[in-house]
Amino acid sequence: MPPAAPRSGDAIFASVERVNAELFTLTYGAIVRQLLTDLEEVEEVNKQLDQMGYNIGIRLIDEFLAKSNVSRCVDFKETAEVIAKVGFKMFLGVTASVTNWDADGTCCSIVLEDNPLVDFVELPDTCQGLYYCNILSGVIRGALEMVSMKTEVTWIRDMLRGDDAYELQVKLLKQVPEEYPYKDDE
Amino acid sequence: MKMIGVGKIKQYCNVLDKSLSKGKQEVSLSAFAFLFSELVQYNQTQVDNIAELERRLEDAGYAVGARVLELLCHRDKGNRRETRLLGILSFVHSTVWKVLFGKVADSLEKGTEHDDEYMISEKELLVNKFISIPKDMGTFNCGAFVAGIVRGVLDSAGFPAVVTAHFVPMEGQQRPRTTILIKFAEEVLRREARLG
Repeated sequence: MPPAAPRSGDAIFASVERVNAELFTLTYGAIVRQLLTDLEEVEEVNKQLDQMGYNIGIRLIDEFLAKSNVSRCVDFKETAEVIAKVGFKMFLGVTASVTNWDADGTCCSIVLEDNPLVDFVELPDTCQGLYYCNILSGVIRGALEMVSMKTEVTWIRDMLRGDDAYELQVKLLKQVPEEYPYKDDE
Repeated sequence: MKMIGVGKIKQYCNVLDKSLSKGKQEVSLSAFAFLFSELVQYNQTQVDNIAELERRLEDAGYAVGARVLELLCHRDKGNRRETRLLGILSFVHSTVWKVLFGKVADSLEKGTEHDDEYMISEKELLVNKFISIPKDMGTFNCGAFVAGIVRGVLDSAGFPAVVTAHFVPMEGQQRPRTTILIKFAEEVLRREARLG
């Protein structure tokens, strides 16, 4: 039987259980506020958000692979497209686009115009160093690590800081080949 | 020759100038579940006991509730305020629940033993749906987050109350239902009596 065809982001999003985005947005806001109160340093909050994102990413990848029927991506270019078109859509209900490929094909930008994390949000002057959506960078990094790609994810543009879109740079550092746990001659 | 950076002046858009969304946007349940799970796990590292954990979740929920009230009053109720007890309870049970959880709450009851107690119950509260509580955490209920939301709405609307979440085992059902218990402050009941 041929493998099931990969499903589009829209199709998957329509088929999963969904909740009001505002509940999600407000809950995320509560998390960021808690972290700011507890940790006080904006840099620490950035790190904690990234770590939380990482924790989510390493579990989210399973659901992603299960629901999307995406077969192994041939190259990093395909990986980035799949994250932008299928990943973001099936979880956050928004589509992202991929741009700014470097010559090697190991570094690109994922650009988001709609972002459910930031509705109603404005950064006060005291938090100008905060990467409010830093959970997203952790999610991408964690998810990709589970499929053997070590990446570095950084923010290039952030609408809360006055830019016109959200742009994440995803840089492939190392493709770690999957280790077969048993040696053949044992 | 292209001049880099020219013209890209940062636009700090005031969030109040942006138009308010209609509230129809959605995210996947699992996205919310992952996020909520991190909220709980993070708070577990910050506390020594269950009571503190519940309090932190409640506080997180309180902030959500205060904002939900502001949002809904402005968008859905044309800036009209509820001034009567049953009015605000109905608002929480129907409007707030519908917006946050996609349905009205299963039931709204008045407490039989105390005049100042009301209960909103849900067979399967969204936040408890995908969480299992290990035995060593006793009566801990993630519904504390929802209790916080309710307290935030009520407090901001001028109806201060103590709000807690409880598991109530139901006959013939494997999983207990969750009851949000609302105990209004005395001033609320006095005012209600005055309004007749």
